[in-house]
Amino acid sequence: MSGTYEKRLLTGRDRTNGLLTKLWQIPWSFVLLIGLIAGVGYVALYSAGGGGPEPYATKHAVRFGFGLVMMLCIALIDIRLIAKLAWLGYLAGVGLLVLVLLHGNVGKGAQRWIDIGPLQLQPSELMKILLVLALAAWFHRASWEKVGNPLFLIPPAILVLIPVALILKQPNLGTALITAMIGGAVFFAAGARLWKFAIIAAGVAVAAPIAYDHLRDYQKARITTFLDPESDPLGAGYNIIQSKIALGSGGMFGKGFLQGTQGHLNFLPEKQTDFIFTMIAEEFGLAGALVVLSLLALVVVFCFLVAFRSKHQFGRLVAIGLGTNFFLYVFVNVAMVTGSIPVGGVPLPLISHGGSAMLTTMLGFGLLLSVYVHRDAEFGVARD
Amino acid sequence: MNWRRAWPFADQTGGSSLLAPAERRGLLGLLRRRAQTGFSGMLGVRREEERRRGIFTRRAMALGGLQVAALGFLGTRLWKLQAEDGDRYKTLAEENRLSARLIPPPRGRVLDRQGKVVAGNRLNWRALLVAEHTQDVSATLENFSRIVPLADHERARIEREVRRRRRFVPLMVREFLTWEEMAQIEVNAPDLPGILIDVGTTRLYPEAEHMAHVVGYVAPPAERDMDGDPLLELPGIRVGRLGVEKFHDKILRGRAGAVQLEVNAVGRVIRELDRREGLQGQDVQISVDTELQKAIRNRIQEGTSVVLMDARNGEVLAMATQPSFDPNIFNAGVSAQQWRQWTSSRSTPLINKCTNGLYAPGSTFKMVVALAALEAKVTTPGEAVYCPGHLDFGDTRFHCHKRAGHGGLAMRGAIMASCDIYFYEMAKRVGIDRIAAMANRFGLGVELDIELPGSRKGLVPTRAWRQAQGKPWSIGDTIVHGIGQGFYQLTPLAMATMTARLATGRAVQPHLTRAIGGKPVRGSRPEDWPSLGIPERDLRLIRDAMYGVVNEGGGTANKARLPSSVGAQMAGKTGTTQVKRISREQRERGFRAENLPREYRPHALFVAYAPHDNPVFAVSVIVEHGMSGSGTAAPLARDVLVEAFTRLPRGLPAPIGPRVADAGGTR
Repeated sequence: MSGTYEKRLLTGRDRTNGLLTKLWQIPWSFVLLIGLIAGVGYVALYSAGGGGPEPYATKHAVRFGFGLVMMLCIALIDIRLIAKLAWLGYLAGVGLLVLVLLHGNVGKGAQRWIDIGPLQLQPSELMKILLVLALAAWFHRASWEKVGNPLFLIPPAILVLIPVALILKQPNLGTALITAMIGGAVFFAAGARLWKFAIIAAGVAVAAPIAYDHLRDYQKARITTFLDPESDPLGAGYNIIQSKIALGSGGMFGKGFLQGTQGHLNFLPEKQTDFIFTMIAEEFGLAGALVVLSLLALVVVFCFLVAFRSKHQFGRLVAIGLGTNFFLYVFVNVAMVTGSIPVGGVPLPLISHGGSAMLTTMLGFGLLLSVYVHRDAEFGVARD
Repeated sequence: MNWRRAWPFADQTGGSSLLAPAERRGLLGLLRRRAQTGFSGMLGVRREEERRRGIFTRRAMALGGLQVAALGFLGTRLWKLQAEDGDRYKTLAEENRLSARLIPPPRGRVLDRQGKVVAGNRLNWRALLVAEHTQDVSATLENFSRIVPLADHERARIEREVRRRRRFVPLMVREFLTWEEMAQIEVNAPDLPGILIDVGTTRLYPEAEHMAHVVGYVAPPAERDMDGDPLLELPGIRVGRLGVEKFHDKILRGRAGAVQLEVNAVGRVIRELDRREGLQGQDVQISVDTELQKAIRNRIQEGTSVVLMDARNGEVLAMATQPSFDPNIFNAGVSAQQWRQWTSSRSTPLINKCTNGLYAPGSTFKMVVALAALEAKVTTPGEAVYCPGHLDFGDTRFHCHKRAGHGGLAMRGAIMASCDIYFYEMAKRVGIDRIAAMANRFGLGVELDIELPGSRKGLVPTRAWRQAQGKPWSIGDTIVHGIGQGFYQLTPLAMATMTARLATGRAVQPHLTRAIGGKPVRGSRPEDWPSLGIPERDLRLIRDAMYGVVNEGGGTANKARLPSSVGAQMAGKTGTTQVKRISREQRERGFRAENLPREYRPHALFVAYAPHDNPVFAVSVIVEHGMSGSGTAAPLARDVLVEAFTRLPRGLPAPIGPRVADAGGTR
């Protein structure tokens, strides 16, 4: 029983008034944290650029700067307005996904990008955030009893399935799976009954072998390569093997800044994007890798703290959803470069080179901060 | 409005101000709410909210716990990779980064007696292909052949080698590029991934066919040549295939140096980390005098072999035969047509007849029979044997080359006149095995030291040898072998060796190598060779007889004596060997060898040394189908010796090492 909650309920005082007050509410320690991570990204990209700010590091810094401004602006938007617009955002996201299927640029055998001016937008990345918002909005007022009603879960399940299906169509199996998992996390946090998850898990276990037959060749290759990277050391397995060699050869304390042989001699593929973590681990060793991993884990922890602090279900679910989204980026990327899961093009947020990823990451943080700033906002309680 | 109800954020009270909804404003709002839900309802809402929050917290904790566990798992993965397996991966990373390349050392040269280069090196611009530097070998080759046309069989060879060799080993695409071709390749480099231009050396034989049989030639190594020397895996490397090039291959080849390079993923060299110099191939100086060799070769015809040795130490001064071949052709690869022509020709240009041609020695063998007889004490130098022109043994009549017979002749006269009857008789008395033993001591039918791989040892028959074939040995066989006919198969080199040993009484070995890397390798004085153990008195008798052959009226080669300008006399022995048995009818019809077709005419032989009183040169001459030793072979031997005395006065040992004029020449 929170006393302040009751007091505010009675007095109607609301700390969410006034831009300055809000600005004061922004957790600057978090801004410092992501700044630190982006700084790690700068250093790593400086090295990936052959020991110079060009062509990656400077761009990275500039993008982060823009992202920071955008994040702070979003943080000041009232969470209730965001909740109101969630539905619209979702529709726009689905629209973009349809657009990318019709007009997107083809990369690695899949349609993924739309060019918007100088920016290459990956709608599937944006969609993950928009889905979180829509689901949080749906579950915002749902009581425990209501969430227990299977019929009540059908509309949000469709909300998840539409983008997943569209992303699969690109085809981008990895992102589709991640999107589904984020949706699942929100369902879980909202209180969907556990036996329902058990049924879905069982269904997936049955469907997976059938689905495997429908995978594209490059997707199958990824899975076989993952299971036995040595089977094709110069082909599909090359990336994994070289990444593991780079990581392993970094040892405890690394080869030193700009001294990574695997990275600098180009044995490491896509070292500025997907394999940036490998680059860091090679040059700064296990120590450096664990520091970076810890910093990224702190971001996830922060998301959860924001969720716990939020007085409203919408904020809680948004924070959990965004936290899970961020976690999945980090986990999939690092698991990928350590050869723990099949390779897929998932960047390391805040560190990898790439404008679209930076944009969506900072957008997510903006929403997260908005939740924090408006954590005590009065709106909607559970009802039957 | 149903859509409003469906949307959880649609304000129930219809309040439009987000920041200050009426229901949450002050006491009035509270009352309004209470009025809507009822007092207990408000408590229910609060309870429900707390319950939902509790569930959320538990589930969020579970979710968070899962995520922490997942990140922890990544931590253990990193620990395993970086801490536990770090050393293994460090090795792998080093293997990625480091690339050792061999530096082929320049092949040692072969110098002649005067220090003249007879096998040297010249620059060779070539295009190599490193398969691992290109995604598509056939595309690269396709682009390459637009600049330098490649035949289908060349492409097939390259693609075969790509599969056979390791992918980082550079393969030869094309050698002997011209400047124009090289420039074209450099300009089009972006279209030719994997192609690199390299300067190597190629073997050059300035004397071409004149020295081919002695010096040999080089060719790319075949699988069977791979002796574990990594050098042999380099493109463009050659191994000796014949002659001195083959015999001294390891010395000439040298040892590969190595550089350790740092390379990037596409194999580009980033920097050199370490360099170990190789050992360049050493020069080998041989005893042959090129000019002498050339002069002899220009004098002789097809089917003739001449071996000229320094009688005192076995150094081969000339080893000439016709026809020969141009070893330079092997550099660029011998065409199938050329090879067929060489191997199918009856004149066998690839075969060195001096070491591989096998001939019966005929009368040149008589000295050996005489010495065997003296050693066996079955005769004395003074014992005369009567020659009626033939010898009857059992049912067989053995003829002397002089139908009328020589009358009575002692040993010296028998050698001078080459009386067959005398040697039939001696052979009969001595027996084949003692003749064979004496022949072996003179280097006949035994392996010689000559540095020419594949040289034939020849055949000197014995009773045991014949019996091993399941045939009996008869006295009649022995008689025939007394005049060097029968089963004998000897090389011109063996006959020259025999002559040198007769001249010196020492077991000199024929050899070609004078110096390796500028250092003499063998003793050049007669005392360096072991004695044959034949009494000097016997040898002197034989030498005197050989002197008579050339320099006395009754000698068979008295028309071939050395001109007085030389200031020395030679001692020698003629030989004429039948290629085809002469039948009795032919003999009765008045046989004349001149009437035979060329391939049935007898071979002409002559062995000699000079000066007769202080032997320096020993020579053997075989003229295939040359009719008679005295008529054809002896004059040729005389000319060879005249040439030798002119070029090598008294056989003065030439200086060891390259000629000064050549010292800075081609390497």
